[in-house]
Amino acid sequence: MNAFVAIVRRDLIIAFRRKSEVMTALFFFAIVVSLFPLGIGPEPTLLAKIAPGVLWVAALLATMLGLPRLFAQDHADGTLEQMALAPSSLTLLVAGKVVAHWLVCGLPLVLLAPVLGVQFDLPGETLSVLVLALLLGTPLLSLIGAIGAALTLGVRGGGVLLSVLVLPLYVPALIFGAGAVEAHIAGLGAEGHLSLLGALLVLAAAFAPWATAAALRIALE
Amino acid sequence: MSSRLINWFRYASPQSFYPLAGRMIPWFWGLTAIFLIAGLWIGFFVAPTDAQQGEGYRIIFVHVPASWMSMFIYLVMAFWAGLGLALNTRLSAMMAQALAPTGALMAFLSLWTGALWGKPMWGTYWVWDARLTSELILFFLYIGFIALQAAIDDPRRADKAGAILALVGVVNIPIIYFSVQWWNTLHQGASVSITKGSSMAETMLWGMLLMALAFWMYSIAVALMRVRAIILERERHSEWVKHAVE
Repeated sequence: MNAFVAIVRRDLIIAFRRKSEVMTALFFFAIVVSLFPLGIGPEPTLLAKIAPGVLWVAALLATMLGLPRLFAQDHADGTLEQMALAPSSLTLLVAGKVVAHWLVCGLPLVLLAPVLGVQFDLPGETLSVLVLALLLGTPLLSLIGAIGAALTLGVRGGGVLLSVLVLPLYVPALIFGAGAVEAHIAGLGAEGHLSLLGALLVLAAAFAPWATAAALRIALE
Repeated sequence: MSSRLINWFRYASPQSFYPLAGRMIPWFWGLTAIFLIAGLWIGFFVAPTDAQQGEGYRIIFVHVPASWMSMFIYLVMAFWAGLGLALNTRLSAMMAQALAPTGALMAFLSLWTGALWGKPMWGTYWVWDARLTSELILFFLYIGFIALQAAIDDPRRADKAGAILALVGVVNIPIIYFSVQWWNTLHQGASVSITKGSSMAETMLWGMLLMALAFWMYSIAVALMRVRAIILERERHSEWVKHAVE
């Protein structure tokens, strides 16, 4: 467990020394979301209807953007090999890296989302459902994305390939995440969607670090 | 018993599997031709015209087997990939690699024929129906698998990375399928029921079954041909390949 905490701390320190990378992903999120009203038109009813989907798709893409960085730096300077050789299990270390990645790339999106939701004319209570759904959903995105990041480590055209591998696997998160907000707007209650999102998160937390560690060992061979 | 086991493992080596596959391929092509002719004959001439859908329904004789195969091939591919990862056998991974393009083809064929069928039946080429959408995502999963294997130069690493992706995909397919289905029922607008209300005529069922068998045999024949090509490509430095090609 000490190793886990140490990895999270280390990755957070590294991230805070290069703040611009975090900010870039955050602004990417804001810009993508702002493009939709420009493309579709400023009608408030239409915007409120598409808001959950737009915010979720933008969050998906913004998370994608940060994924290649998850292992690339450590792979380049050999730290990853040391982690694979370390006495504590690689799965645990990978879990630590994913948690740190979520704190840096996922959590800011969750905090920014309600501000962008206001631009789309979403009412206050719906915004809290949106935040809750993103809070459950973005760690799921980081966990699944880590598998893709490990598989494409050091591969030609890794960035684009990563999107092709990971985006189809993001479909359930998108459906339940955006669905929770839409169900709330429709007055159906978001509990069902949020519970399923939570169940997926638990499932991914149990298996994704393990699969990621296996993929990393292959990449390091 | 033990001698049979040894025989099994004998064919796990590419060198001994190569000639075996070569001998099997003509048989599978022959079976493909027989089932295809019988299936198409029933489909076009014997099966009655559907009361509601007219002649257009006959496209299901291609569409349904293609959809079945696209899903089944992914399972088979994941099985071989997992076997290759667990036992470290080269041939299993080659099998997985050989199956992927056929699976992608089947998924594409299923989408294509589905669109052609949808135009006269639903009045539109595409609806965001649960089955169509999950078939589309399955197609993307195949493309991802093929793209990942193509991007990695070292074949052993490509095999293993592809295997992990195939296994992750296989875990995800039921989740994706049910989430898409639920998404579809929630958005009532586009839902169109494909399930048959009336019972299907017996000849239609026979035609579909024969076509499914033809698709099976075709997939096996093509996968074997492709795996032979992969074996030659990967083992090109070994002595036996030089003799085999002569």
